[in-house]
Amino acid sequence: MCAQPAPEPASDGRVVLDARDITRALTRISHEILERNRGAGDLVLLGIPSRGVPLAQRIAERMAAVEGYDVPVGSVDVTMYRDDLRMKPARALLPTQIPAGGIDGKVVVLVDDVLFSGRTIRAALDALNDIGRPKAVRLAVLVDRGHRELPIRADFVGKNLPTSLVERVRVTLAGVDDTDAVTIQGVVGQS
Amino acid sequence: MKRHLLSAADLSRDDAELVLTTADEMRSLADRPIKKLPALRGRTVVNLFFEDSTRTRISFEAAAKRLSADVINFSAKGSSLSKGESLKDTALTLEAMGADAVVVRHGSSGAPHLLAHSGWVRSSVVNAGDGTHEHPTQALLDAFTMWKHLGESRPGGLEGRKVAIVGDVLHSRVARSNALLLRTLGAEVTLVAPPTLLPVGIEGWPVETSYDLDSVLPKADAVMMLRVQRERMHGGFFPTAREYSRRYGLDGKRMAMLQDHTIVMHPGPMVRGMEITADVADSDRSVIVEQVTNGVAVRMAVLYLLLGGSEPSIGETE
Repeated sequence: MCAQPAPEPASDGRVVLDARDITRALTRISHEILERNRGAGDLVLLGIPSRGVPLAQRIAERMAAVEGYDVPVGSVDVTMYRDDLRMKPARALLPTQIPAGGIDGKVVVLVDDVLFSGRTIRAALDALNDIGRPKAVRLAVLVDRGHRELPIRADFVGKNLPTSLVERVRVTLAGVDDTDAVTIQGVVGQS
Repeated sequence: MKRHLLSAADLSRDDAELVLTTADEMRSLADRPIKKLPALRGRTVVNLFFEDSTRTRISFEAAAKRLSADVINFSAKGSSLSKGESLKDTALTLEAMGADAVVVRHGSSGAPHLLAHSGWVRSSVVNAGDGTHEHPTQALLDAFTMWKHLGESRPGGLEGRKVAIVGDVLHSRVARSNALLLRTLGAEVTLVAPPTLLPVGIEGWPVETSYDLDSVLPKADAVMMLRVQRERMHGGFFPTAREYSRRYGLDGKRMAMLQDHTIVMHPGPMVRGMEITADVADSDRSVIVEQVTNGVAVRMAVLYLLLGGSEPSIGETE
């Protein structure tokens, strides 16, 4: 939820994960999910827009390479389930695409770029509630930056990144942005 | 602050595209087991209908309920409106009940504007059709239907598309709102009607006009037939219904002149045999039933964008 839609030039931030680090982290997460789930059966990957969706697709590609099986990938938009919906002007909705097989009885892995307060994930759990009843819901994130405000944790983490509350973590992904990178930026005038 | 949707002209290009993309997401809700979203939980939407309407009122009601809003239906029949209460007193009542949005249909052009700017209510006002003036949500659902069929559901998809609006333009709020909105979205509109059924001042509209349906049809990407609104007619606008149908009705023979991808639309209610024949209305080209389905999605989008956040994202700026 702290990945900003329109990143400023990354030059003013400190790069903590470069493209190769991100590739390695996603490969490890893919294997961990498969190991934990004992294969790819029943799995459904749902990315949280916007940057959770390409991450989910990349994880699915790696799983297909390992297992020779196409794991269904979709997206779930949490905009209308956010607890701060009333505090800002109405926001544009992002795509929700549930794979044809649905999520009933499946193991749903939610995929997002940054885990911060946990409020986005809470909203995603509410959204899933209206879509179906999965057998289990797991959470995979590229970066866990701490500062949780709700009792939520990730099952699969690309990198634990201790941060201060004034810092901003930015994830850029090729396809959506120019390059793959995770950067930390201090508040203007402080870093 | 933007608060109301009174006219299709209130919407900028970005606003209109935002409504279309939002409506597209809303439409996918119809395929889910639980057709409900929590966005307007705790908000109250009042449907204030001074004029008869079935599909618009039901459509707004379904839209508000799918967004979890509380809905109060207020129709002229069976309320104190029929006892002579004024618009002002009705508005003050609604204000006292804490309505967040008032969806208003009124026989007099400009009534929603009066309601919005009188200071009687603080809620958002959505025009659901006023007299012969405007019907912006109908224009949005028509644009959405064209955008799905002709515009590949992408921003700018209606740029350069040719739309023919045929029939009783004079009495049609749908035609005016459509002309304004389609122009905003970059489409080219041609109004086709007998001279008596084109309004005075049509030169000022951002449209072409024609008296000859047969010359317009082969170029059109979408053909929208309008009902002849006899209840608003006090005089002879055309000699006979039969002559009107012969010159301005869409029948099978005229349908054969259309391009393969051209769609046929009608805002309803249809008079089969008058402006459109049954075989055209029931043909594969007809998207008339789909327009009704899309109406709910578009009205959900409008209500969400006006009421969902701390302030509206579309509409008129005050």
